[in-house]
Amino acid sequence: MLSKKNKEAFFNPLSKDNPVLVQILGICSALAVTASLEPAIVMGISVIAVLAFSNVIISFLRKTVPTNIRIIVQLVVVAALVIIVQQILIAYNYDVSKKLSVFIGLIITNCILMGRLEAFAMHNSPWPSFLDGIGNGLGYTIVLLIVAFFRELLGSGTLFGYHVIPQWCYEHGYMDNGLMILPPMALITVGCIIWVHRSRNKELQEN
Amino acid sequence: MKALRKFMDKIQPSFRPGGKLAKLESVYDGMETFLFTPNATSRSGAHIHDGNDLKRTMITVVVALIPALLFGMYNIGYQHYLAIGQPDAGWFTMFLFGLLALLPVIVVSYAVGLGIEFIGAQIHHKEIQEGFLVTGILIPLIVPINTPLWMTAIATAFAVIFAKEVFGGTGMNIFNVALITRAFLFFAYPSRMSGDEAFVKVDSAFGMGDGSMIDTFTGATPLGQIATNVGDSLQMTNILGEPISCLDAFIGLIPGSPGETSMIAILLGAALLLITGIASWRIMCSVFVGGLAMSALVHVLPSATYPASMLDPWTQLCLGGFAFGAVFMATDPVTGARTNVGQYIYGFLIGVFAILIRVYNSGYPEGMMLAILLMNAFAPLIDHCVVSSNIKRRARRAATKE
Repeated sequence: MLSKKNKEAFFNPLSKDNPVLVQILGICSALAVTASLEPAIVMGISVIAVLAFSNVIISFLRKTVPTNIRIIVQLVVVAALVIIVQQILIAYNYDVSKKLSVFIGLIITNCILMGRLEAFAMHNSPWPSFLDGIGNGLGYTIVLLIVAFFRELLGSGTLFGYHVIPQWCYEHGYMDNGLMILPPMALITVGCIIWVHRSRNKELQEN
Repeated sequence: MKALRKFMDKIQPSFRPGGKLAKLESVYDGMETFLFTPNATSRSGAHIHDGNDLKRTMITVVVALIPALLFGMYNIGYQHYLAIGQPDAGWFTMFLFGLLALLPVIVVSYAVGLGIEFIGAQIHHKEIQEGFLVTGILIPLIVPINTPLWMTAIATAFAVIFAKEVFGGTGMNIFNVALITRAFLFFAYPSRMSGDEAFVKVDSAFGMGDGSMIDTFTGATPLGQIATNVGDSLQMTNILGEPISCLDAFIGLIPGSPGETSMIAILLGAALLLITGIASWRIMCSVFVGGLAMSALVHVLPSATYPASMLDPWTQLCLGGFAFGAVFMATDPVTGARTNVGQYIYGFLIGVFAILIRVYNSGYPEGMMLAILLMNAFAPLIDHCVVSSNIKRRARRAATKE
C-alpha cells in the first residue's frame, strides 16, 4: 500500500518537488485567488479533488487510450471533473464561487494537471497516481495558503474575514498595505517563499 | 588625521581573515575607503584614469541636489506657516521648521537603506557599495512630507531589497530605487499619498510651529486640483485659495513633494550635473522636448473631460515632479539607456508618457514616476535595438564595398 515509491509520490511534491516552488507551475491561479484565505483554501481543495480523480481515471484508461489522442482524452476527463466541482461550489458556496469566478473553470488549463497526467498517470497504476494527485494538490494548496495568509493579513488586516490586527494599532497610525491586495505582491510573495525554500534546500539551487 | 590612520591600521588585523571580527571585514573596508583614499591602484602598465570614481559621482549628484533640498526645507516651513495663518513668521523660522520636519525622513531613509546594504554586504562578503548615497537623499525629496516615518521605512526597505539587492546590488538594478520607494507608498497607502493632508506638513515638528489650520486650508497640489477640475476654465490655487500662476510654480512656493516644487533649484542642480558631465544631457534635454511636444499636442484639443489638457505646455513642465524627474531620475546612468541614440529615444518617451498619463489617466494626477519606471523597463530593449541596427548598417556598408 505505502511502498517507498508510493511514499515518494505523495511526499515529494510537498516540498522537494513542489509544483509551484520548484516546477513553477500554476502561478497564474496563485496570483489570482490568494488575496484572501477563504478563496485560496477552496481553490486548493478543488485542485486536489480534480487532480486526484483525473489522475486515477487517466491511470485506468492509460492502456486503452491511443497515444495520438491522449491529450484530448485527458482534457475531456479534467473538464468533466472541473464542471462537477464548479456546480458543487455554485450549489453550496455561492459567494466564494463568485470570488473565484473563472479560475475554477481555468483549472482545466492549469499546467500542474496536464503535467501530472502526462508525466505520472500515463505510466503508473491507479493507487500511486491517486497519491501523486493528492500530493501535488497539497503542495499547491500549501503555497496558496502561505501566500494568502500574508496577503490577507498585511493587505486587509484580517484572516478568514476576521479582524486580527487590533484596533489600537489603527488608532496609532497603522494602515493596511493596499499593495498586498494587488497581483504584483502575490508574485513577490511567491518569490520570497521560493527564496526561503531554496536557501533551506541547497540541492535545489541552480548556479 | 594621523591618529585616525594609526587607529585604523591598529584595528585592521582583527578584520582580516582569521581575525576576531573577520565577518565585519566589509564594514571596515567601507569605513576605511570612506575616510581615506584607497591606495589599491595599479602601479605598472598603461592605465588611464581620471579622478572620477563611483564615490565622487555620487557626491556630485548629492551636491546637485542641495539647492532643491534647501529650498524644499524652506518651502515646507513656508506652506506650514501659511496654513496655520502666520505668513509673516520670517524665513529663518520657516527654514528651521522645514529642516526639523525633513530631517527625520532623511535619517530614516539613510538608516534603513544603509542598514540593509551593510547586512547584505556582510552576507555576500562583498565590499559595501556607496550606491545608496544618492537614493537616500532622493527618497525624502520625493515622498510627501506628511507620510508617517514607518511607511517611509517599510517602503525604503522594500525598494532596497526587491529593486536592488535581489538584482545584485549597486549598478545592477533595473528600476530606479528611489522611484520604487515612492511607487510602493503610492500603491500601498494611496489615502496618504494624495488629497489635502499629504503634501503640506499639518502638525508641528518637534513642538515647533504649533497651531491649527485656517478654515480655508486646501492642501491639494496644483496637479491634484487640476485632476478634479470641473468646467471649461482652469483655476489653480495655493493652500489659502488664492490663484497661482506658472511663475509661482517656477519659483516653487507651492505645495508638493519637498524637492520637486522649485524649477529654479532643480535647474541649478541640472547645471552642475551637466557641467561636470555626470548626467547625460541627451536624456535630460530629450525628456523636456518630449514633454513639451506632448503637452503642446494635447493642448491643441483641450477638453473639460481631461482638465490637464487645458494647461499650456510651459506650465505643464513647471508643475509637479516633471523637472525633478527629468534631471535627477531619468538620467540615472544605471537604469537609463546607454547608447547615444538610445538616450534620445528613452528621454523623449519618458516626457511623452509622463504627460500622457498626467492628462488622460485621471487616477494618476502625476505621471512622471510611472513614466520613468516604465521606460526603465524598456531601456535595455532600446539599447539592444540601437546596437543591432548599428551592426546591421555596418555589415551592409562592408558588403557594398567589396
